[in-house]
Amino acid sequence: MTLVQPRPSAVERLAGGEPRRALLDELSKREIRRAVLTAVAVPGYQVPFASREMPVARGWGSGGLQITLAVIGSDDVLKVIDQGEDAGVNAANLRRLVADASGVATTTVAGEATVIQSRHRIPEEPMRADQLLVLQVPVPEPLRGVERDMTELRRMHAETDYARMWVSLYEDLVRNGVITQTPGYPCLVGGRYVMATTPIPRWDIPKLHRSEHLSLFGAGREKRIYAVPPHTDVEPLTFDDVPFEVEQPDGACCHRCGSGSPASAVSSFLVELPSTGGAGRWVCSDTDWCARRTEQTSRYGTAAAGGPVREHEEVGR
Amino acid sequence: MTPALQVEGLGKIYGPGGAADVAGTGPDHGRVVSPSSGGVVAAWDVSFSVGAGEALGIIGESGSGKSTVLRCICGDETPTAGSIRLACVDGGGRDLTELGASARRALRIDRLAVVYQDPAEGLDLRLSAGGNVAERLTAAGWRNFGGIRSRAAELMRRTDVPLDRMDDPVKEFSGGMRQRVQLAKALANNPPVVLLDEPTTGLDASVAAAVLDLIRDLLDELGVAAVVVSHDFSVIELLTQRALVMQHGRVVEAGLTDQLLEDPQHPYSQRLVGAARG
Ligand SMILES: Nc1ncnc2c1ncn2[C@@H]1O[C@H](COP(=O)(O)OP(=O)(O)OP(=O)(O)O)[C@@H](O)[C@H]1O
Ligand SMILES: [Mg+2]
Repeated sequence: MTLVQPRPSAVERLAGGEPRRALLDELSKREIRRAVLTAVAVPGYQVPFASREMPVARGWGSGGLQITLAVIGSDDVLKVIDQGEDAGVNAANLRRLVADASGVATTTVAGEATVIQSRHRIPEEPMRADQLLVLQVPVPEPLRGVERDMTELRRMHAETDYARMWVSLYEDLVRNGVITQTPGYPCLVGGRYVMATTPIPRWDIPKLHRSEHLSLFGAGREKRIYAVPPHTDVEPLTFDDVPFEVEQPDGACCHRCGSGSPASAVSSFLVELPSTGGAGRWVCSDTDWCARRTEQTSRYGTAAAGGPVREHEEVGR
Repeated sequence: MTPALQVEGLGKIYGPGGAADVAGTGPDHGRVVSPSSGGVVAAWDVSFSVGAGEALGIIGESGSGKSTVLRCICGDETPTAGSIRLACVDGGGRDLTELGASARRALRIDRLAVVYQDPAEGLDLRLSAGGNVAERLTAAGWRNFGGIRSRAAELMRRTDVPLDRMDDPVKEFSGGMRQRVQLAKALANNPPVVLLDEPTTGLDASVAAAVLDLIRDLLDELGVAAVVVSHDFSVIELLTQRALVMQHGRVVEAGLTDQLLEDPQHPYSQRLVGAARG
């Protein structure tokens, strides 16, 4: 369901409407695209860029917003999510900013979007080669927890000296018996740079590994852009004998679409609904994906195993 | 046979000048500061070699340049002159001072270990004892958690760190125990060369004696080539077979440790030994 802008009246069309609020001038966009190209050429490497002031607080998506504005074209279709939902305040705000500034169409359907901007999730529906994922990153430096000195950080990345990152995982395991770090799990990109995946859950990390789509990461406050090009290895740092595990509660399933239940052939990242006592209820974090599965379940009795069938595919039948 | 460590003509000058600063400094002049430029000739023309299973001592007063020599060898400082060779790097055919900073640092993982006087220099005090060892192991490519745990435990046992303290942060440890952890970390990847700078100087006498015994046992057992820097003759006597005496940045005497202590030749050595023997 593409969100259609109301058609302007004849008088409004004559008046030419409000001038667009250009959040970025063309030169700035070009500079950001250059940084993006560098980032694509050196997967996982944090490319510095001159982050502009945006009408959102730095650390609240200004990096992702600048990338989206710099790469989006008039025939693109934009989807913005924050947690898993399109309706979140931050997502709605960012969606409106981009739509106002660029005039692109927006959608909540992952499959219809050509650009998906997100903070905490990657959509459940597998992304395609013709789609672009833009992730908003508050802390782009994966080694921040083990080192604060910028020169030393640069040296560590330059020499692939990640021993202290491994030690932090070792210490986590010793102290807690499991690796507790969940959002922002460090990954080795293309066998070379360690990258912060912040703040997506571990659940989403496999979606970056040898993906069909290009992922761009933007950190506005820290003025960094990095990328995972298609078909690039993204390996979570793990010890050989301690398997990487995604965070999924035992036996939980979505109480709306049934994802994750024994009868369901699919599973998805679940979040717990706030409840007053009793057993917690779980729902899909990706609300659009869930809603369309639920719709099909009510229409056909069962949801398709591979995820929801898209609206426009049904139209032709 | 190529010695495990060979140092030739090593020199380090702090400050603006160059080799011209050397004139007017040293034992004959009683100073390390160049009268012309003010540069500090911390060490000059220091040569020695150490074989596997051997320990060489460097002794001298405070400021005589002992630590400077060690720091130049391990790469903490860049020497002004001289060459440094390790048998384990191109069979001694490569002068380490020609290596880039990153190649130099890589040697510290498994070929050239340092034990500092201050454990805070060699350890991350916020990490557990095991974590400190794990840093060396993961740097050398260890990726098996169980393997890292058992190697760390083995090293703790070997350096007399109680196993039940292995997972405690080092900052909660006593000075003696920190020094044992530093030894465990230094030895993690079986480096053929180990440099020790005043390894027991900060410790209480009884604790120092126990750590010294441990170091001696380790050196005997592991067959490493060691350089031990100390201003304390009893440390040099216990740990080393040969020794250098340094004064004002120069080597004034070199020989077998026993002979040097029995029958020092240089007046400065005589003074040092005399003072030590009381
Ligand atoms: N970074 C530096 N800049 C300038 N001078 C230095 C520096 N480091 C050391 N020196 C000087 O070099 C000389 C040798 O110092 P070094 O630390 O090697 O002596 P040492 O024999 O180890 O003494 P100690 O027994 O006190 O540890 C001293 O005069 C010292 O002041
Ligand atoms: Mg010293």
